[in-house]
Amino acid sequence: MLADIGYASLVTALIASVFAAFASWYGARTGNHRWVESARNAIAITFPLILVACLTMIVSLVRNDFSLEYVASVTSLDMPTYLKVTALWGGQKGSLLFWNLLLSLFTAAAMQRKWREDRELMPYALLVASFTQIFFLIITIFFENPFTRLPVVPLDGRGLNPLLRHPGMIIHPPMLYLGFVGFTIPYVFAMAALMSGHLDDAWIRTTRRWTLVAWLFLSLGLILGGRWAYDVLGWGGYWGWDPVENASLMPWLAGTAFLHSVMIQEKRGMFKLWNMVLIVITFLLVISGTFIVRSGVISSVHSFAQSAIGPLFFGFLVIMLVFSVYWIIRRHDALSAENRLNSFLSRESAFLANNFLIIAILAAVFIGTYFPIMSEMFGDKVVVGPPYYEKVTGPLFALLVLLMGIAPLTMWFRTNGMKMLRAMAWPAVGALIPIVIMIVVGLGSPGTWLGLWIATFAGILTVREYLKGTWARMRSKHENPFRALYSLVARNRRRYGGYLIHLGVVAMAFGIIGIEFFQQETQLLMQTGQTVDLGRYTLLFNGVDRFAGRDDLIITEATMDVYIGDRLVKTINPRTELYTRTGQPMTIPDLRSTPLEDFYVLLVAWEPQLADQATVRIYLNPLVNWVWAGGIIFIFGTLIAAWPDRADEKAIAASRARQRVAVATD
Amino acid sequence: MRFSAFILILLLYLLVGTASAQGEVTADDVNAIAKQLFCPVCENEPLDQCGTKACQDWRAEIRLQLEQGATEQEIKDNFQRRYGDRVLAEPPREGINWILWLLPVALVLFGGIWFARYLRQLQAGKSDPAPVVSSASGNPTAPPPQDDYVARIEDELRDNE
Amino acid sequence: MSELPEQLELNEAESAEIKPRRKWWVYVVWAGVAALILFLGYGLLNANETRPEVGKQAPDFAMTFFDGYEWEDYQAANLSDLEGKIVVLNFWASWCGPCEDEAGVLENGWQAWRDDDVVLLGIAYSDIDSDALDFMERFGITYPNAPDLRLDASDKYRITGVPETFFIDKDGTIAYVQPGPLTTSQLNSILQEILNS
Repeated sequence: MLADIGYASLVTALIASVFAAFASWYGARTGNHRWVESARNAIAITFPLILVACLTMIVSLVRNDFSLEYVASVTSLDMPTYLKVTALWGGQKGSLLFWNLLLSLFTAAAMQRKWREDRELMPYALLVASFTQIFFLIITIFFENPFTRLPVVPLDGRGLNPLLRHPGMIIHPPMLYLGFVGFTIPYVFAMAALMSGHLDDAWIRTTRRWTLVAWLFLSLGLILGGRWAYDVLGWGGYWGWDPVENASLMPWLAGTAFLHSVMIQEKRGMFKLWNMVLIVITFLLVISGTFIVRSGVISSVHSFAQSAIGPLFFGFLVIMLVFSVYWIIRRHDALSAENRLNSFLSRESAFLANNFLIIAILAAVFIGTYFPIMSEMFGDKVVVGPPYYEKVTGPLFALLVLLMGIAPLTMWFRTNGMKMLRAMAWPAVGALIPIVIMIVVGLGSPGTWLGLWIATFAGILTVREYLKGTWARMRSKHENPFRALYSLVARNRRRYGGYLIHLGVVAMAFGIIGIEFFQQETQLLMQTGQTVDLGRYTLLFNGVDRFAGRDDLIITEATMDVYIGDRLVKTINPRTELYTRTGQPMTIPDLRSTPLEDFYVLLVAWEPQLADQATVRIYLNPLVNWVWAGGIIFIFGTLIAAWPDRADEKAIAASRARQRVAVATD
Repeated sequence: MRFSAFILILLLYLLVGTASAQGEVTADDVNAIAKQLFCPVCENEPLDQCGTKACQDWRAEIRLQLEQGATEQEIKDNFQRRYGDRVLAEPPREGINWILWLLPVALVLFGGIWFARYLRQLQAGKSDPAPVVSSASGNPTAPPPQDDYVARIEDELRDNE
Repeated sequence: MSELPEQLELNEAESAEIKPRRKWWVYVVWAGVAALILFLGYGLLNANETRPEVGKQAPDFAMTFFDGYEWEDYQAANLSDLEGKIVVLNFWASWCGPCEDEAGVLENGWQAWRDDDVVLLGIAYSDIDSDALDFMERFGITYPNAPDLRLDASDKYRITGVPETFFIDKDGTIAYVQPGPLTTSQLNSILQEILNS
């Protein structure tokens, strides 16, 4: 009964979306605003309708309604309630339903807010948005219906995939989906600008914050995914260059390029076409990423079970690709630059260089991810593993960090090269300090020294931007340092939020250099009472224990003492969990974590009969916590840059009003 | 005769020497090679991390080959010959795989050349129909006419800083 | 992706040029789009390809038999060399638990049916050769067996796991596919059916 309500409201939502598409198209053709408004209302109503469907699904999940095939496949009686709720996105069908919900929420919200300002864009934005919604609803209703019933009601369900029971994994997919879906809005408005021919900056201003918010969630999803891998997957790392990881990294890269180059358009009216191309690429990468992940085109550890939706996503991708390229080509004349570049050495060219590097990284990741298809075309199948990506993107990332440090020294229009060099002089020397320390301690190689120098140099330059600004305010406004820093950031949040993001990247760069180049590891069979040394640590093995855990778990847990010298610093319990129902094992590490390094221990293997021996694998991960700290700084900076700002809104409204007057008097 | 005996002893010494230098094969030695291989049974999971029985057997095979004195490269070659290119984490640089390695390099190179050319074009405004800039750019390095505007923006920026 | 930036450049150049020159890059862009679509479409088709169906020609492959497990006097053979016989093509591995249960079934089947023009052929998938030999010795296997060199055979048959067995008729077409382990009664009834038809 409940499921029928959910299904019925999904179907109603589809009807509303189809109506919206038709009404907005008709409204755009005839110029009749009442049709467009009607379309907007129809779009607005899809959100509550899909929400009802989601709620009925959640209730079914919580109430263990195993007559629904989806419920039986992702929950079981012994699962706690919060996991049953999150099981909504724990499987293919539910996650598509959830995707629909987010899409309708974003679309409804975007269409509500900007109604008055973007009258010209509206019909087309509605058309593209409702088309996208129709696609996802059709998939959910006709191909991946989560309300499908089982002929025979099982007594218990199969339970959620154990990998998805970790807190990090509970929020990681929604963050990714929010990011993915969020990029639909800028795309929709970009296409509306192309179709309507209103190619001024309106679409960019309308969607600027949407883009930033989508990017924020995508960043958050990527960082949480890394943390989850580190905590649960048990291989001592956080990023494996798996096709699914790449599928979410690629739109993030394109979005990052867009967020930078869009500033040139705002300041200088240049690169309009390029920005259009970037946002289209971002959206298409979201769709193609979803396509490869969910269709099994490229196999991956994370892949969803293969299903019929591959061809559907392919069809959608083709339509959107052809549609986007068609409109870009058709309007490219109107997208030419209003201005010329004044100097090689300018903020504009710095942003362009940034775009160049990011697109190069994106291209390398794209080639690596999709290459297995090509290799199968010509016979011998290959796997593209981490070494490829590290070799190809490593130098590009290093250049990007270097550029990130230098770019704030450039000015719009042109920059005095000598002044810039002088400004870089002492940070360049100061950045030698860590290298000197490394050489004295006898660590690293020329490559790692260069990497450290770049990261330190970029860090010093970025911090100095804050110091310079604060200092200037302290002098001119006679404020105390904290007040000065606060008002500096508050007055120019996009800029200083951006620099905070850069600082986060610098911290992450340190962490990545630490773990990539200085990670130590060892694996051995240990007997009770045996010790092993790694770095400055000594590990004492005290035996393994076996017991039943929550749900259907059997836990095998080792007890080990971690010493530095003779001092006991921590007792750790790495373990393996066996979910007996599915027979799926998980290796859960335990670690002693400090800002300097993580001492990370895995229980790799043990003999069921022997309690006094086990094979353990130990990693020493230097600076890995800098990755997480950098991630937090990164997110914080994005929040500062993206937080709604009343003054900002007013400025936008005012500039819009000016523009309208200008248009009217033309 | 004496000389050949000497050579023989030297050879023996070298053989024993290298054998003892190899010492016992540790799990770390095995992992160092396993890291660079993928077992087809665990897709996209490096061999050193995969826990399946098949992968344990593969690691045991690496250990065996190490004990028999095979080098890292030889072991990788053996696996590649036996199970195909897909077992290597880093696709071998041969045949069609060159596309994988050369395409990014080519893109960066051509992209870089294009980028530089494009910047120069933008800067010089070659055959630019917009009179504003071209009137001032008899010499490309001459300051553009918006100079006062530049100064204003820079002031603004300085104020912000 | 590489052709997209060119639009920018040409877009710039174009503002001064005469119209007809602009067209060629549009074709380049569309050609790129078409290539991308074909490429992904191929990937999709390839991914959706399943096991060769019953009634289709069994894909041919070359094999070099394990020492002591040759077919008649041949060290190496192609599957097509066995035409005229009913081939029970069994993919297995020493690391696979169900394969251990199945080993006896297959060996008994081999002994029972070998005089009826039936050849049992084992292919060791993703296996270490010495482990495979140990396994065959442990279970007293005598029928022809070969390693799956470069995983060529398992690729062609798109196996979804081990054990998996293909029954190939005398004319080289696939008569029956059994994913998962076989029992003696299944084996007998399937072979009987093929022989009768």
